[in-house]
Amino acid sequence: MHLAYPAVLAVLLFCTGLYGVLARRNAILVLMSVELMLNAVNLNLVAFDVWLRDTLHAGQALTLFTIAIAAAEIGIGLAIVLMVHRNRDTSDVDRLRDTAEPRPRLSAALGPTDPGADASGSGADDPEADDSDADDPDSDSSDPGRAAGEKAEATA
Amino acid sequence: MTPLATATAATAPAATAPGFLSPTGVEIAFLLVGAVTLGAAVITVTTRQLVHAALWLVVALGGLAVEYLLLTAEFIAWVQVLIYVGSVVVLLLFGLMLTRAPIGRSPDADSGNRPVALAVAAAAAAALLWVVVDAFRTTWIDLGGPAQGSTRVSGEILFRHWVLPFEALSVLLLAALVGAIVLSRRNGDGDGDGDDAKDLKRQGPHRTAPGKDR
Repeated sequence: MHLAYPAVLAVLLFCTGLYGVLARRNAILVLMSVELMLNAVNLNLVAFDVWLRDTLHAGQALTLFTIAIAAAEIGIGLAIVLMVHRNRDTSDVDRLRDTAEPRPRLSAALGPTDPGADASGSGADDPEADDSDADDPDSDSSDPGRAAGEKAEATA
Repeated sequence: MTPLATATAATAPAATAPGFLSPTGVEIAFLLVGAVTLGAAVITVTTRQLVHAALWLVVALGGLAVEYLLLTAEFIAWVQVLIYVGSVVVLLLFGLMLTRAPIGRSPDADSGNRPVALAVAAAAAAALLWVVVDAFRTTWIDLGGPAQGSTRVSGEILFRHWVLPFEALSVLLLAALVGAIVLSRRNGDGDGDGDDAKDLKRQGPHRTAPGKDR
């Protein structure tokens, strides 16, 4: 078998997982994409181990270790996601912005200012302004009940 | 054929390696299963139904197990089936249920930076494909001979050469599980004061949410 086949499949799977990690909002979907990336690495390890005919079979041993570490990672990750969901009623990674730098337009939107300046600031600051950025001031300044209400109406 | 001779034959130029136009049966099977795996992975990262994403992930991981079997790594294939398909996906499904994920289509499954993510993934795929195809176009895996990943071989190398990492890994797994239990315990020591009122308040919108969910 050509080595290019498993290598190309691993590359495509890795990039699929990369897209998923970057594009998904739900934290559990992000974890699924991370699993895809880890599996791509495992496929590479197995293919190169079989190709090199390593007497120590380091590739296969490392694959087993990677599988075990991925299991540990998914356990810890799900525990963290569950705790975040219990505390904030959301598993949306776009809303966890507590440690983000306060952007200028965000402080302008929170402060007593006219809506015209806010709209111009948001248009000029972020070219890929989306719906999640649009409700940032609400989710930052609201209590958990209001955030839960937003999630309920978002999922309805 | 000794391993050294196989390695030198594998690194020989394309004159000795078989071409891509006459694939062997193993290669055809690998390509078909690889197409299924890749399609399932793409559906996993693009579908808007969260539970369907987990179930398509089962297809992708099972397809990868078949690829391991085709690469004669039998033990890793069965470990993949046991751990990934058996436990990791079940854990993910439990997580989806416990975070009250909507069953139907959820419009907010994808973030707003989807074009940027698509661009980054496409650029990474292009660069990596270029490098990988350029580097390994002519290398050939010799799948003949005894299976290199049978349970006997894996057990021998794991418990003869890799014992210390194996035991360290067991300690890490134990620590991770204890950490997961500590993290997901409902009433810790720190949040016992006045949290019940917040809990009740948080329960409020969710009681009405399932009626509005599709």
